[in-house]
This record gives sequence, C-alpha cells and structure tokens, in this order.
Amino acid sequence: MVPSKLKYSDTHEWAKIDDDTAVVGITDHAQSELGDIVYLELPEVGSTVEKGDVFGTLESVKTVSDLISPVSGEITEANSELSDTPEVINNEPYEGGWLVKIKLSNPAEVNTLMDADAYEQFIQEH
Amino acid sequence: MPKTVFEYSSAGRKGVSLPSREIDTPLDSLIPTKFHRAKTARLPELSELDVMRHYIKLSQQNHFIEKGLYPLGSCTMKYNPKIHESLARHTCFANIHPYQHESTLQGALELLYELQEDLAEISGMAKVTLQPVAGAQGEFTGIKIIAAYHKAKGNTHKTKIIIPDSAHGTNPATCHMVGFDVVELKSNAEGRCDIARLRELVDENTAGFMLTNPNTLGLFETQIEEIAEIMHSVDALIYMDGANLNALLGIVQPGKIGFDIMHFNLHKTFSTPHGGGGPGAGPVGVVERLIPYLPVPTISKDDAGYHLDYAHESTSIGKVHTFYGNFAVLLRAYIYIKMLGAEGLRRVSENAIINANYLMAILKDYYHIQHQEYCMHEFVASASRQKSHGIKALDIAKRLMDYGYHPPTIYFPLIVPEALMIEPTETESQETLDAFADAMLAIARESEEDPELVHSAPHDTPLYRLDEAAAARNLELKWTSPGE
Repeated sequence: MVPSKLKYSDTHEWAKIDDDTAVVGITDHAQSELGDIVYLELPEVGSTVEKGDVFGTLESVKTVSDLISPVSGEITEANSELSDTPEVINNEPYEGGWLVKIKLSNPAEVNTLMDADAYEQFIQEH
Repeated sequence: MPKTVFEYSSAGRKGVSLPSREIDTPLDSLIPTKFHRAKTARLPELSELDVMRHYIKLSQQNHFIEKGLYPLGSCTMKYNPKIHESLARHTCFANIHPYQHESTLQGALELLYELQEDLAEISGMAKVTLQPVAGAQGEFTGIKIIAAYHKAKGNTHKTKIIIPDSAHGTNPATCHMVGFDVVELKSNAEGRCDIARLRELVDENTAGFMLTNPNTLGLFETQIEEIAEIMHSVDALIYMDGANLNALLGIVQPGKIGFDIMHFNLHKTFSTPHGGGGPGAGPVGVVERLIPYLPVPTISKDDAGYHLDYAHESTSIGKVHTFYGNFAVLLRAYIYIKMLGAEGLRRVSENAIINANYLMAILKDYYHIQHQEYCMHEFVASASRQKSHGIKALDIAKRLMDYGYHPPTIYFPLIVPEALMIEPTETESQETLDAFADAMLAIARESEEDPELVHSAPHDTPLYRLDEAAAARNLELKWTSPGE
C-alpha cells in the first residue's frame, strides 16, 4: 500500500506536500516491520529540524526506532492524539497516524524524495 | 486465566493447625495499640494439598530449564546444579548476619576472598569487587570507575564513550546514567569493530570504549590489542561487557589483552539462579591502576585472618549495594568454580562453543546466517528467507513453543534483520540439540507449506498468541479481590 500522491524517504517516512507545509508520517511498510506501536515521542511545536535529523522515537513491541525527518523546517503541529492511541499509526499510517506538520524552510528538498513508484521498487529491493 | 490462590480460599479450611498461644503477656504491653491491625489479614484458607496442586499447576504452565531447552541468546540459560541450592540453604550460611563481628564471620569472608581471587585469575584482572548485584549494576560500577579515574586526573574534557552498534542495550543506558555522551560505532561487513571508523571517532574527549566480547553476533572481536592501543593513546579506558564470558573461561583473560575493566554476570557464566528478576550478581574486575576507585569494602587477608577492608575509602566511588552484595548468590558461584576447577571451567567454554557451532552447522541450510564463519558460544540466524512466505522471526519463536522449547532471543542484535539469536550452552546433550534442530527444520518446512500454521502459533500452550501491545500499554500488576 503506497499512496501515489505522497513523497517517500529511504528511511520509510512519507511526506504530503501542501504548499509550504509537509505532513509527515511513517509508511505502511514501516509500521508492518515495526509491529504494534506502544509508545511514541514527538518534538515540541516550534522546534526546527533539518532533513535527516532525528525528530522523535517510536517504540513497538519489538524495538525502538528513530523518526528521521524527510524535510527541513519548523514543527508547526504534532499529532497529540497519538500519545493515548499509538495503534492508530498501525491501523491508518497515512491518515489518522500522521506524526507532525513541518513548515518547509527549503522546499527544493522535496525533489530529492522518492515518488510512489520509486518507493515501491525500493521496498522490493530492501 | 488460572485462578489466584485467594480465589481457592474457603473459610475455615486449614493446612496446618497452629498451637495455642503460650505467652501470657498481653499484646498491648509488647506492641503499642496504634500498630495493631484493625481487621484480620485476608490470608487464603486452603488445605496443604490444595496449595500444592495450585503451585504445581502454575509451574507446569511455565517454562524453565529443568523442563526443556532454553536457548535464549546472550542470556546463558544453563542448568544450575542443585548442590548450590542445598549448600546455600545450609544453616551455617543461611543464619549468619552482616552485622556480626568480623571475627565470627571468618568462613564467609574467606569464601568471598577466594571468589574475588578466582574471578581475578579467570579474568586476568588485578582486583575484583563482589558488591554489584546485577550485570547492569556492574556496568554502572565500571563506568563510575571510568568517571572517577578521569576526575582524579583532571580530565574534565573527557565526556564521551564509544559503543559499537552490536552492543547490549544496557551499555548506552549505563553511560547516560553516569553522565557520559554515547557515540555509536558501526560494525564492519564482517560483523566486528570497524577500526578505521574507530580511529576517526576517537579524540581527546574520549573517556572510554565499551565492548562486548564475544560480541552479540557470537563473534570474537579479534582486534582488541589494536583497539586498546588506540584508546590508551588518548588516556581512554576500555571496558568489557562480560555477559558473554561463557565462551572465554580458561581460554582468554580479558585483563591480559588490553581491557581495563570488566563485569561478570555470575547468573550467566557461573551458574547462579537466573530469570524471574534474580537476584543476580555482577562483580567488577579492574587493572592495577584502577584499584583505588573500587567500591568499599573489598575483602583482604593478612596473618590475623580475613577483613572487610575500607583502606581506599577516600578514593573509592563508594558503596553500590548494602553490605557485601548478594552473599548467597556469590556462594553459589564459589561452589561452581571450586567444583569445576580450572580444567573444568575451560571445558565449559569449549563445550558451549562446540554446541553452538553444531547447531549452526545444521541450521545454516534452512535459515539465513549473515556471518558465515565459526561462532563462539552463540550465533545469530535470520528468518529473512522465511519472510517471503510471510513468516517473521516472531512467528518462528511462537511456533517453537508448540514444540516445547523456549524461543531464542528475537530481533536482537538490531543489525541483523529478523534475528534469531541462539545460545544452547554447554549443559545440553547432543540428543537435545538434535531434537531442537529437528523442530527448527520442521518450522522451516511449515513456513513454506503451511505458513498459516506458523503465523497463528502457538497452538498447544496454556494461552495462545498474546496481545503484546495491549500488555505493554495496559499493565495490570495487581490482583484486586471482588470485595475490594
């Protein structure tokens, strides 16, 4: 399940670009590899991240993983609903399971991300 | 779910009849009234047979080494000889008290002294403290010693400790607790420390390096002398996580090849009880120059006998546990070492290595093994081949329970996808290893022919597949009676 309108990083985050803002989450492939998510840590609203920075952590029954930002910018919103119901990330990774919204400081970076076809091929190969 | 012992209770039922009270003094004159119970304690009332049946049933639902193989990687779940238990319960040991005068504890102190000396010889370290009561507390003690060493030398700029990505999760946690920053060293393609990368990471701010040897891939780190040289050139100390010492007894003395500090997991290598939360024991050994920082007291010996020695109290990191550690656990390790002797200890490691390699040789045609070389006391297989049928390491682990085995460690080390980390230990016979291998081969076959059977396992256990996420999120740790 790889929605066609999103952009993808090689660390399995997706970004939905809406003007100068990106909504960021983890892919269906990522949630399936992690297993049931039990806890997450998201950044403070107002903090800034660079592309490739760790912006939070996800803890599943099997492991703890870093969340890597696919873009640079300022965190304008974090999905606070998830702290009580992290299973939403497993159930709907592209909808209710979104993690943060980032105001892009370098919109050109988006072109370095994969489109759906490229990401689908990427997960086949890895 | 099975009932609790309280739910079997029936008012007035008894296991034993207590004698009537023979003391005439009124209770009030012995214990102030304000400390008396307002109502009777709600203790379960059952016959002795009811109690026996209840706990036997519970024990049958559990898995333990006396019931079947327990190949949990990096945990060394070996059999603990029962002579340890009977001796530890002996009145001469069980009824001594740490507040007794030293002169009346000479036997116990002699035993601790000899254990200290034996561990020093096994590890090649100059001196050992027996105080820490767990592997992680041993790590904490060791890293506190690194901090104390640098503080004494005025090395305030030394803030970071380097740890390989194959390390036990406790290593970075320990360093953070002591106040160091952790820098991760990626393993090379061989699964060992990447020396070139290590050289880039090391600088004047490096306080130490923490290494598990053999590492968590079950491979011996062959470049210790070079690593020690790199570390010592910037006055950094090198710490060995001794969790995998079961592969080295009588073969390698870590203190003689460059390590400055190490901890021992007596509950792994030296056959003291393990699991269920311990109690454990994590003694720490150090080289000569670090002796002043060891916790006090250590045990010393002179013409007058054995002493609790506080001589280096002013430079010590202090105490890390009440009294002298878990004495009864240390006693079991002492018995184990004395019963085996130097020759026997070496055979422990040799057989642990042979058993792991025997299993790996059988499994390697059916499970992917990333690092194709002889292993030490454990090896890491992967379920990556089974994944094309939708079967993950977790499914294989669950299915193994149907065959009567405790699953191996899964999803660790993190650098191997779908990891199954298997450590059979030296206490298993060839027949047991063959039977376990047969089960693993059967599961590999089932994964291809009937993946759903594996995916929905376990089928023959008291409970089926648990909702681990719900268990992690909604911990229920206390039973509440319906009346409360």
